[in-house]
Amino acid sequence: MKYFGLIWHNIWRKKIRTSLTILSILVAFLLFALLSALGYAFKYGEESADAERLIVIDKVSLINLLPIAYQNQIASIAGVHSATHATWFGGYYQDPKNQFGQFPVDPHEYFAMYPEFKMPEEQFDAWVKNRTGAVVGKDIADAFGWQVGDRIPIQSTIWTAKSGEKTWEFDIEGIFANEEPRGNTSMLLFHYDYFDEARAFGQGLVGWYIVRVDAGADPVQVQNAIDAEFENSRNQTESAPEAQFAAAFAKQYGNIALIVSLVLGAVFFTLLLVSGNTMSQSVRERISELAVLKTLGFSDRAVLGIVLSESVLIMLMGGLLGVGIGVIAVRGVAASAGAFLPGFHFSPTAMAMSLLLMVGAGVVAGIFPALNAMRLSIIDALARA
Amino acid sequence: MAEVLARLEGVSRTYQKGKEKVEVLHNLDLQIPTGDFVAIMGPSGSGKTTLLNLLGGLDRPTSGTIHVGGAELTAMSNSQLSHWRSTNIGFIFQFYNLLPVLTAQKNVELPLLLTSFSSKERAERAAIALDIVGLADRARHYPRELSGGQEQRVAIARAIVSDPSLLLCDEPTGDLDRETADEILKLMQILNREHGKTIVMVTHDAQAAQYANRTLHCDKGTLEAREAA
Repeated sequence: MKYFGLIWHNIWRKKIRTSLTILSILVAFLLFALLSALGYAFKYGEESADAERLIVIDKVSLINLLPIAYQNQIASIAGVHSATHATWFGGYYQDPKNQFGQFPVDPHEYFAMYPEFKMPEEQFDAWVKNRTGAVVGKDIADAFGWQVGDRIPIQSTIWTAKSGEKTWEFDIEGIFANEEPRGNTSMLLFHYDYFDEARAFGQGLVGWYIVRVDAGADPVQVQNAIDAEFENSRNQTESAPEAQFAAAFAKQYGNIALIVSLVLGAVFFTLLLVSGNTMSQSVRERISELAVLKTLGFSDRAVLGIVLSESVLIMLMGGLLGVGIGVIAVRGVAASAGAFLPGFHFSPTAMAMSLLLMVGAGVVAGIFPALNAMRLSIIDALARA
Repeated sequence: MAEVLARLEGVSRTYQKGKEKVEVLHNLDLQIPTGDFVAIMGPSGSGKTTLLNLLGGLDRPTSGTIHVGGAELTAMSNSQLSHWRSTNIGFIFQFYNLLPVLTAQKNVELPLLLTSFSSKERAERAAIALDIVGLADRARHYPRELSGGQEQRVAIARAIVSDPSLLLCDEPTGDLDRETADEILKLMQILNREHGKTIVMVTHDAQAAQYANRTLHCDKGTLEAREAA
């Protein structure tokens, strides 16, 4: 800390150059914050998955539906605690850009399968009693300003009603929360019985099964047993832990993690070149000053530490500013569009990673100029000056 | 007879220039008593600055031994030499070599960063050093805001702030006009006579050398004593 004043004044020796370097670092870490949040959103399903839940889909494709009759067969397999189903409704509210998840489900079974969903009992009872009733998650209700008692139209891109209508109307009977931190509540749930009766096609079919494994049972054995049960059926199944299913689902959009890594890799490589060049120039310009410091008694290590600290401090200033602005931007996006991108969030892990990156990039950018400063010969440097 | 502060015995310094070896100092013996003010004169390339660098522990002799203030410099490691310089030697350069990003006060405080003094103590000591050189009112000025003479005074304050016993001055008035040079030399005389600093000054200027107690002439790697005028 004794050297902080010296380090600070050295950093601002060329104000414009340092400001531009800090700006480039700021942009890099702003991108890091935004892309990390995006990557987290796509990994969100995996993060929030329950280890005791399995997802059973058609072996050929998730698009193919499975018979409702499978539910009882699955429930009777050893190691299965309970099973329920859901189906992709594929609808939007008022405008095609307002897409979110809507699922016809069995209310009792579904809420038993997802105990993290919480809502007032009277709202749940009202939903159970109303065949055209629906419950919505808090995020989506907030996004559209929905309240209990509202009647809302949802336009399906897949399911036509027997009346020929693609617009389905639901009464909002309840609003549920998710007690998991940042848990997803961007969805609408409605009665499968009503859906199955009213749809023009696909009766008796569901999108996928959700299976809870008995406590202590081996999930791998259970998923193998489920798939073996339907091996010779018309619709063969593929079972997987919820996290694996969520990861595979996210990959439909491409390998987001790889894309994020490649973009960030390119950004940080450029950043290292820019800051490394700044530090090299800075050291070259003050060879004689560094020689004077050594003459006064500053050790080789102290000179190495001073130059490295300058590099790390520049990186921290730009990085913290970038991450700070990034966090504000991520919160802004999450507040306005989080219902459509659940999990868009700058996680503590990403924060720790960004700090590591700042220090690491500072060390890498500064190490060679710092080593040159450390190895500087006092006699030669003073003679050159 | 005053106590000997610095003693060089059989010191030679050879540099490699390409394939050729150049001997800058040859088998030199020298004793500098405590409280002495020695001027070293001689033509360019005669080895004056090399001698100064050896005395300050900035360079090592090819052969021979150097003792300063009871410490054998030739037996010390680089880090030991760094630490030794910080407490025993004050350097004054021809071109002042102040750090342009720091105020006069902060430049003077630099050597004290290597001590255990608190920031308040550092500031107090730097203020005293600036007062001794007559620049207490310029403490907050940056080097670019000072004249050459004032810059050299700040450099002198930096050299004395950690109270070293030996001041090594390499052409301290070489970049100054006559009048300012005389002021700086008088200040050095005061430091020598009133504050007991031992001074070794390399100079080309015969008038500057007159301020010293004695003058040594350096030529072809050897020293020859001459009486001060």
